[in-house]
Amino acid sequence: MQNSKHGVLLNIRDLRIEGRSGEDWTEIVHGVDLTLRRGEVMGLIGESGAGKSTIGLAAMGYARDGCRISGGKIEFDGMDLTTTPQDDLRALRGSRIAYVAQSAAASFNPSHRLIDQHTEGPMLHGISSREESEKDAIELYRRLRLPNPDEIGFRYPHQVSGGQLQRAMTAMVMSCRPDLIIFDEPTTALDVTTQIEVLASIRDIVDQFDTAALYITHDLAVVAQMADRIKVLLKGDEVEEAETREMLESPKQDYTKSLWAVRSFERPQKPPAPADAVPVVSVKNISAAYGETPVLFDVSFDIHAGRTVAVVGESGSGKSTAARCITGLLPPSSGEVMFDGEVLPADFRNRNREQLRQAQMIYQMADTALNPKKRIGEIISRPVQFYLGLKGAALKQRVDQLLDQIELEPSQYYHRYPSELSGGQKQRIGIARALAAEPKFIICDEVTSALDQLVAEGILKLLDRLQEELNLAYMFITHDLATVRSIADEVVVMRQGKVVEAGPKDVMFKPPHHPYTDLLLSSVPEMDPDWLTNLLEERGADNIGEAADV
Amino acid sequence: MSYFVLVYYGLLIAASCVTAHYKMRSPFMMLFSLTIASAFFGLLGGEDWLWGITVCAALLAAAAGLAYSFREFLGMVLNPDASYAIRSAPLTASFGLLVVLVYVVAALFAPVIAPFGEAEVIGGAYAPPDDKMILGGDQLGRDLFSRLIYGARNTVGIAFLTTLIAFVSGTLLGLVAATVGGWVDQIMSRIVDTIMAIPQLVFALLLLTIFGANMTTLILVIGFLYTPLVFRLARAVAGNIVVMDYIEAAKLRGESTWYLITREILPNAAAPLVAEFGLRFCFVFLAIAALSFLGLGIQPPTADWGSMVRENATLISFGVITPLIPAAAIALLTVSINFVVDWMLHRASGLKE
Repeated sequence: MQNSKHGVLLNIRDLRIEGRSGEDWTEIVHGVDLTLRRGEVMGLIGESGAGKSTIGLAAMGYARDGCRISGGKIEFDGMDLTTTPQDDLRALRGSRIAYVAQSAAASFNPSHRLIDQHTEGPMLHGISSREESEKDAIELYRRLRLPNPDEIGFRYPHQVSGGQLQRAMTAMVMSCRPDLIIFDEPTTALDVTTQIEVLASIRDIVDQFDTAALYITHDLAVVAQMADRIKVLLKGDEVEEAETREMLESPKQDYTKSLWAVRSFERPQKPPAPADAVPVVSVKNISAAYGETPVLFDVSFDIHAGRTVAVVGESGSGKSTAARCITGLLPPSSGEVMFDGEVLPADFRNRNREQLRQAQMIYQMADTALNPKKRIGEIISRPVQFYLGLKGAALKQRVDQLLDQIELEPSQYYHRYPSELSGGQKQRIGIARALAAEPKFIICDEVTSALDQLVAEGILKLLDRLQEELNLAYMFITHDLATVRSIADEVVVMRQGKVVEAGPKDVMFKPPHHPYTDLLLSSVPEMDPDWLTNLLEERGADNIGEAADV
Repeated sequence: MSYFVLVYYGLLIAASCVTAHYKMRSPFMMLFSLTIASAFFGLLGGEDWLWGITVCAALLAAAAGLAYSFREFLGMVLNPDASYAIRSAPLTASFGLLVVLVYVVAALFAPVIAPFGEAEVIGGAYAPPDDKMILGGDQLGRDLFSRLIYGARNTVGIAFLTTLIAFVSGTLLGLVAATVGGWVDQIMSRIVDTIMAIPQLVFALLLLTIFGANMTTLILVIGFLYTPLVFRLARAVAGNIVVMDYIEAAKLRGESTWYLITREILPNAAAPLVAEFGLRFCFVFLAIAALSFLGLGIQPPTADWGSMVRENATLISFGVITPLIPAAAIALLTVSINFVVDWMLHRASGLKE
């Protein structure tokens, strides 16, 4: 180690990366500079397509399939990775530079035990023997506060939870004590409560070993907790870079300011519906089970016309199952669903066309919700044709009108395929398809969670506008409380298949809370860089894991 | 040492040097190994062998040139989308397309192209090739070339019909099984398992013996025997599609099973099914040739490549290539179709080079 402790570890100069489209190469990263000192954590933020992950991988001297590093220098501890031979790069990766991927579940080999995968790196690089690295693994599991550190390594990846897997992944990259770790959205797929555990343990371990890290994310509040400095990227260009506190308090560029402002969208809460009004959808004491396993217990709530009810909870809390009961995909084992005061048949196959038309659904993953072999025009016109019997010019006119409503130019999008659209545009098509049936009630299942914040905000505003115009009732399933804050009128908090607490939003967001609601609320990261530290102190560093079991 | 040998080695060595100088790795390796191999073969078989190698190389070059021009031709006549797909296709694919096209033309216009009738006796038995019969005569003195052309119509036509039957029924049943699921799927799958448990050729022989060996039963029997294979593929492919949200959305809309199968699932399952169609076509083709060879397939005097091989098989002991010509026709079509299918599979799976 010729450099001093706080010397420059990674020095990227004028990095240019090209991606292939068809036969041509187009530049996707346009000359980015980046300097990382030893022990320093830098946050890379930006929307999807900003080039965050591409730069992260380039820091390992790696370019994805269909990409190539076309210019610039990547100096890691004095070595230029763009000219280092492949064999030397291989020796470097895993031992001195490590990578933590977004989905730990997809990164672990499902047919090997955790500890076997953990010890592979140090053994391969000749750093330690199997016994030593096993001992080290258990020590790392302990430091990362995994439950049963002595035994957890001997389980298979599917036997531990998502948050634990992500921590095991972090332990694994630590096994060779790398100088640099690249975290690529490590908590994006996790619930807020789980996210905290992972964030806290990542931060501790990076501190303890004085490792430098690149932290890639699109969540500003998360990066505020983790990074010493933040670099904002937009379409392969650097927008600005500053110390975390300075960046949060006084962003200089307009783009950064717009990113910061996203979380401020909040529409005024509507007054509660009159007591004698008949709710559009009324869920009455439903219980449901998948096979023999009960998943819903006596759930009830009402949704009124023109109102949004947000159903909140961690994954596995039964919020999507409740939606499946309403749509009739999963007939409840007891209880009933009323629509406009009438009982709906439990199984969707027994409902008539009119009943099906009234309740529509928008899905989380627009990629799988739109048939990739159908043009946008076909996708939207089918419900119009099917339910309303429009044909020819009238049909085309109605579809154009729907496309206008979702703010997409009809002539431009009518003939395209879903694959030619961006994530946000696809989600808009999903909305148009639901609207095409002219429903009274729409279930929005995590509609914004796969989207960037700016795009998500656009979708929320659109849904809000449509609700105003068409007096729609929404059931909004989400685990993101920021979304709840911006769009909900009423909130239903669910946990392990039961409704924990329910009520109007203003009441729900004010104390006193049910302890679980409190846990959820306090787990939402805030833009304050001290938030995580304070929270951990408040909860006591030892029981953050157990806090989820109040 | 003749001029030919000198020119032969001179050209090979010069070409090797040029490719080596311009650092064209794979052409150089090919040319240089050919040079060394030629030295070996020259010592072993003399000038004749070198001529053989030259003819083979010339044929390969001609095929490559033909495939290249055909690809360029297609690229010019087709619309932009298809043209891009064709231009990025490997030469083997365009060669395969060309061969298939030639076979289709031969099959469609057989009476126009063939100089003689299918069952017309022209000369003596096993007549050698001459001006009248360019490939000679068969065991009854019929023109081999004309029978080859008519054979394309019968063999390829029947194989196509059979494959089509197997695919339409197999795909439909497979998609129904995957979409409806439950006990319908269970019953269909178990029936299919039962059929597949019986060896195919034995089963075919059995059924043909029971129902009589004519063209209609042949098509139906082979179509029936290949349905289970298609069923299994269609069911597996559809199994991955029916869990998609867009299928759920269509179900919740109240769409019928028929709409789900034809409009939502089939377009997404088409790519692997089409690729399988090509492969299965070859197998059916070979199965019919095998049955004809065994005497239970296409019946004389109808021309068919499989039976032509059998009827002329005795000539092999006399060192005459006549029986190999219909066999080569079968081989060429099989290889060509596989070239095309490989390319389509490659495109459908999104694999890179």
